[in-house]
Amino acid sequence: MSTLSLRLCLLGVLGGAILLSVLNLAVPATSAMHVPTYTVALVGKYLSYAMLALAVDLVWGFAGILSLGHAAFFALGGYAMGMYLMRQIGTRGVYGNAILPDFMVFLNWKELPWYWHGFDNAAFAILMVLLVPAVLALIFGWLAFRSRVSGVYLSIITQALTYALLLAFFRNDMGFGGNNGLTDFKDMFGIPLQAETTRCGLLVATAVFLCIALLIARYTVTSRFGKVLIAVRDTESRTRFLGYRPERYKLFVWVLSAVIAGVGGALYVPQVGIINPSEFSPANSIEAVIWVAVGGRGTLAGAVLGAVLVNLGKTVFTGALPELWLFALGALFILVTLLLPGGIMGLLTRGRARPAATTPAPEPAE
Amino acid sequence: MTDHADTLLYLDGVTVSFDGFRALNALSLVLERGEMRAVIGPNGAGKTTMMDVITGKTRPDTGRVEFGQGTDLTRMDEPAIAALGIGRKFQKPTVFEPHTVWDNLLLALAGDRRPRFTLWARETDEERDRIREILNTIRLAEHRDRRAGDLSHGQKQWLEIGMLLAQEPQLLLVDEPVAGMTDAETEQTAELLREINRPRSVLVVEHDMACVRALGVKVTVLHEGSVLSEGSIDHVSADPRVIEVYLGR
Ligand SMILES: Nc1ncnc2c1ncn2[C@@H]1O[C@H](COP(=O)(O)OP(=O)(O)OP(=O)(O)O)[C@@H](O)[C@H]1O
Ligand SMILES: [Mg+2]
Repeated sequence: MSTLSLRLCLLGVLGGAILLSVLNLAVPATSAMHVPTYTVALVGKYLSYAMLALAVDLVWGFAGILSLGHAAFFALGGYAMGMYLMRQIGTRGVYGNAILPDFMVFLNWKELPWYWHGFDNAAFAILMVLLVPAVLALIFGWLAFRSRVSGVYLSIITQALTYALLLAFFRNDMGFGGNNGLTDFKDMFGIPLQAETTRCGLLVATAVFLCIALLIARYTVTSRFGKVLIAVRDTESRTRFLGYRPERYKLFVWVLSAVIAGVGGALYVPQVGIINPSEFSPANSIEAVIWVAVGGRGTLAGAVLGAVLVNLGKTVFTGALPELWLFALGALFILVTLLLPGGIMGLLTRGRARPAATTPAPEPAE
Repeated sequence: MTDHADTLLYLDGVTVSFDGFRALNALSLVLERGEMRAVIGPNGAGKTTMMDVITGKTRPDTGRVEFGQGTDLTRMDEPAIAALGIGRKFQKPTVFEPHTVWDNLLLALAGDRRPRFTLWARETDEERDRIREILNTIRLAEHRDRRAGDLSHGQKQWLEIGMLLAQEPQLLLVDEPVAGMTDAETEQTAELLREINRPRSVLVVEHDMACVRALGVKVTVLHEGSVLSEGSIDHVSADPRVIEVYLGR
């Protein structure tokens, strides 16, 4: 990925978020230039998805790990944030219970389960947003990479992971609100969530976190570590004969990627106002892979671009022809795979010499 | 323990079976420090499998594989064996295609292989000098910024030999370095191997008789997983069993 496309991407994300916020807050609602709060939240959602796309691209584009379960990390970050937002509701819930969220009162629970403790504290909740996806990724990655599971098998078990979590979170006795999930949030850090300024603040915050994630990802893949990682992606066994331990490289980038996805999920929840088990559905993870393929695998800016464009398309499309969206998405994926293996970024940078190292091999080696 | 202080590599009674088929059959071989040895043999004789055993890719069913002062290689995996100082060039040239020639050598340079180091590593002047030196040795100085995947077949072979040099191993295992090369390139490669051999031990697998002759070193002939004959090229060429299975065809 070129420095230019990264700069444009950072500028577009930050500039766009600030511009939308200004047009929402400073321009009167009667003006044609006014941006409705609804749009601010929608773009905020796209940018959270862009973090998920970036996370997928980091492992798929640079380490050759095709994860079909990355939405699990996104959803776990989202649930950690959702638990904090639930505790923020306090006595304003339907049942007016200061400690227990409504769904627990409804289930006749008398006490807060142990794993809900601490989530009334913002710092603790933020720590969990980072830690829960990281620890799950660490355990999963350690087991998978150490036993050299790769390729299709790894994709299948990532899919199984998110499916298992989907089923678990559906259960009422898990204590995460069952199939309704967590919703009816009121405040975040003591500030009302529905306020326009909060909405704009969340959008800008998402843009800032996305940019930080982009810079961290960029540093990682262009460092010597990143060069080894790309070597592992294309010729794993060769790196072993040079004395590298590919499993350690994969594990590091896998955990980093899970954390980025988790932060994306945590920013998504307050802007969408709900987190429920459907976020774990395997289809979500597959969609994220499609965003990356459309934008351009192995180009960080492409992942962001793909996520925003495909989701914009989804918003427009599902408004007009909701039944056809999945077919359109499938067709898009097939078209991109067949005609645009480099995605949109590949098209944009065609003809211009690209830094050699970031162009992924069409067929990742085992 | 190996009894000879000058022995670098010691294989004794090594047997490897794949589904009952013996790719190596009680193979024994001793390589001295600083020695260059050529290994020849018909297709399927077990030459590549022997290298797989030495580098930890394949575990032998029985037999001993020792390095230096009695280090047991059969208990170690590939990265650990590489760290001991055994480098390997593959039969099919395998370089990191998306990286530049320079970066291929950089990744091969001896040094800390752990992520916590490579994440923060900066190219040092020492590393740059070493890479330039190797580029000159392997005659790829003008190609340093090219994508390795764009090199010709022969250039890839040289780059891979350069990566071996960069590793600074004590023992180099080189599988068919001149396969697919022109006569001139073969000659240059033989010269390169002799140059490399100076402080190091080298084990070369080669089909090309001209190359083996040009190297002028002791030859081991493998057949059906064991040593058929050993000695100078003239000695083995005159051995009737060798003529029957290999040269006579
Ligand atoms: N992983 C494996 N599984 C099954 N059989 C194998 C495996 N590796 C090698 N063999 C078999 O072992 C025998 C020896 O193979 P090897 O590759 O060592 O031969 P070679 O001497 O290097 O031949 P060539 O000159 O063609 O490179 C062959 O019959 C091969 O088919
Ligand atoms: Mg072979």
